[in-house]
Amino acid sequence: MNKQSNDKHAVAERINAGLARRHAVERLFRCTGLLALLLGLTFLCALFFSIISKGYTAFQQTYIQLEIDFDEQKLDPAGERIYEVLSTADYGGLVKQSLRTAFPAVTSRQEQRLLYDLVSFGAAYHLRDRILADPALIGQISRVWVPASDDVDMLIKGYIKRDVPEAERRLRDVQLAWLDTLETEARLSLQFNTAFFTSGDSREPELAGIWGALMGSILTLAVTLALSFPIGVATAVYLEEFAPRNRWSDLIEVNINNLAAVPSIVFGLLGLAVFINFMSFPRSAPLVGGLVLTLMTLPTIIIASRAALRAVPPSIREAALGVGASKMQTVFFHVLPLALPGMLTGTIIGMAQALGETAPLLMIGMVAFIVDIPSSIFEPATVLPVQIFLWADSPERAFIERTSAAIMVLLGFLIAMNALAVILRKKLERRW
Amino acid sequence: MSTVLEKPLNFSSERRRGERRKHARAAASSATVPREDRQTVGAAVVENPRIRCTDINVHYGSKHAVKNVTLDIGQHEVMAMIGPSGCGKSTFLRCLNRMNDTIDNCRITGDIWLDGLNVNDRAIDVVPLRAKVGMVFQKPNPFPKSIYENIAFGPRIHGLARNKTDLDEIVVNSLQNAGLWQEVKDQLDQLGTSLSGGQQQRLCIARAIAVNPEVILMDEPCSALDPIATAVIENLMSELCAEYSIVIVTHSMQQAARVSHRTAYFHLGDLIEVGTTESVFMNPLHQLTEDYITGRFG
Ligand SMILES: Nc1ncnc2c1ncn2[C@@H]1O[C@H](COP(=O)(O)OP(=O)(O)OP(=O)(O)O)[C@@H](O)[C@H]1O
Ligand SMILES: [Mg+2]
Repeated sequence: MNKQSNDKHAVAERINAGLARRHAVERLFRCTGLLALLLGLTFLCALFFSIISKGYTAFQQTYIQLEIDFDEQKLDPAGERIYEVLSTADYGGLVKQSLRTAFPAVTSRQEQRLLYDLVSFGAAYHLRDRILADPALIGQISRVWVPASDDVDMLIKGYIKRDVPEAERRLRDVQLAWLDTLETEARLSLQFNTAFFTSGDSREPELAGIWGALMGSILTLAVTLALSFPIGVATAVYLEEFAPRNRWSDLIEVNINNLAAVPSIVFGLLGLAVFINFMSFPRSAPLVGGLVLTLMTLPTIIIASRAALRAVPPSIREAALGVGASKMQTVFFHVLPLALPGMLTGTIIGMAQALGETAPLLMIGMVAFIVDIPSSIFEPATVLPVQIFLWADSPERAFIERTSAAIMVLLGFLIAMNALAVILRKKLERRW
Repeated sequence: MSTVLEKPLNFSSERRRGERRKHARAAASSATVPREDRQTVGAAVVENPRIRCTDINVHYGSKHAVKNVTLDIGQHEVMAMIGPSGCGKSTFLRCLNRMNDTIDNCRITGDIWLDGLNVNDRAIDVVPLRAKVGMVFQKPNPFPKSIYENIAFGPRIHGLARNKTDLDEIVVNSLQNAGLWQEVKDQLDQLGTSLSGGQQQRLCIARAIAVNPEVILMDEPCSALDPIATAVIENLMSELCAEYSIVIVTHSMQQAARVSHRTAYFHLGDLIEVGTTESVFMNPLHQLTEDYITGRFG
């Protein structure tokens, strides 16, 4: 009796002795985890800070207000208001004339050229679009805000310093003086940069926009999703639920896992050889991009979908089979709905990969300078990451902020995609 | 047979334990077949059976799980299968509706005759077979859908209901027969998985009888239930056997004695003894059977 209680005491003692160590280990583990999390968050914050601080200025653009005389003699001497005439008229001349009238003191050719340089040559398109939208403006004098050139924009945003010597500055002293005049007359201001969100690429930073690349990405991803989700899910369902397990299915499994690790450029080469050279699909088109990215994301989706299917408890399958459901009915009514959230997760990972992919698109010509906004999957297009790459590679100072802004748009797109997936998953999720 | 139902054998555990110690020697002498002998003793074959199984062998890979079992299941009969864990009861039961098809390395030989159809023929369609031979699993496995959908699924895929009213009627009847109607009649759109364990098991029984099977296989249906829920299900079985044949696997000898007409005792894959429940429990012929029911084994 005494011995037993002694023993009990010893056991409790030993447990207590170990307890402190156990707690210590647990604390250590928790701290390590927290540290890792903090480290990750710090890097993420640093990334966001650097991108946003560099890029937020791109959402604004310097505009100059000009008093434009839409002279009928110059624009449409015949007075017929036909599209061909109106769209090819000399709007650049209007801009120049307006600048000359604003600064009558400027007479030498060289100085005039400097004066014209203040305004983006996109100003002419700006005027053209106004006239085409409202021909009634012809014959009137009106005040129009037009984009300033990228150098002026950089100066206003503070990236070009006034206090450096003139020879090292992109803007001359006279130009600064003109700008000061404009500013005192309140004809120079920073406005929201709509062009950035509505236009395609351009050699001129102040005219370059992200919409073309965003459309390209959307179209490419639409093709990718439309192909890879059904094919991936069907493959996974077949392999997991219907295929006999033998040497062949093992071989297929190994191959699929291998494909997931193949460098993406290889898929680009394959796409070039098969879709463009052999099947003669259009080069640079979202269709081909989507096909290539489908090949790339398929393994990811298949692997995730198979895991999701495997996670469905076998008792559900037995229950359905037990009441006489065919294999097909079991899979479609009971297994697939339960596996769908997991499949969606896999798909979204695949899609996010595809969204950020550049290498395979390089091979099929989607790395091109494309001004027009693609409106179908057969037209030449580029995608967001490629656009970022192209801008990051451009020498103009103003492209730096646009690169960061494009990254923000890419991240925003990614967040929207992920949010959609989370919402869908929440909707579909079921307990069992 | 009816005598078994009317006068259930009394195996209250206290009495049995006392008896076991006192009469172990005496009881042992009543059995005649020695332990080493693995031939089936008793009446494995009946006249006009519902299911006739001959020479069933099941292998999982190299494991021989069921050995040469020949057994009939009668019309309107509750057949109990007892035996120590791992002796192949579930395996045998799952042969009867080809549920073992879902296991990759499982090989079954022998004939299982049901209405002139060889169940074990690879070529037959398992869909009508499983509609005819329903199954209730050891662990309740309702679908993660509403109570209504749980039951409606079977009739719907088999096209048993012509319209919504028909279907509603089937659902209500099945729930009533499974003794669950009173508890869930106001919450048919609630998730089946949100019911308690015993309710879930009755839901699974309702689901099985909704397709109007001829045979119901039950694999330890009460192993997770409290005595009250168990009693409900046992009563249900006594009622259902008027229409169906029922095969039940159980670890509870009291339960086997209470509900079954005939009992089969399995041991390490062999069918050792079959007979009326009364004879198996009162006068076991085989030494192994006697060891098991007197609690000397397993
Ligand atoms: N899927 C399987 N794969 C391989 N062996 C299996 C499988 N299922 C069962 N077995 C083996 O077959 C034998 C019989 O199993 P079974 O499940 O039929 O036993 P049981 O009598 O139902 O036992 P319990 O009373 O514990 O449920 C066991 O020895 C088990 O190891
Ligand atoms: Mg079992």
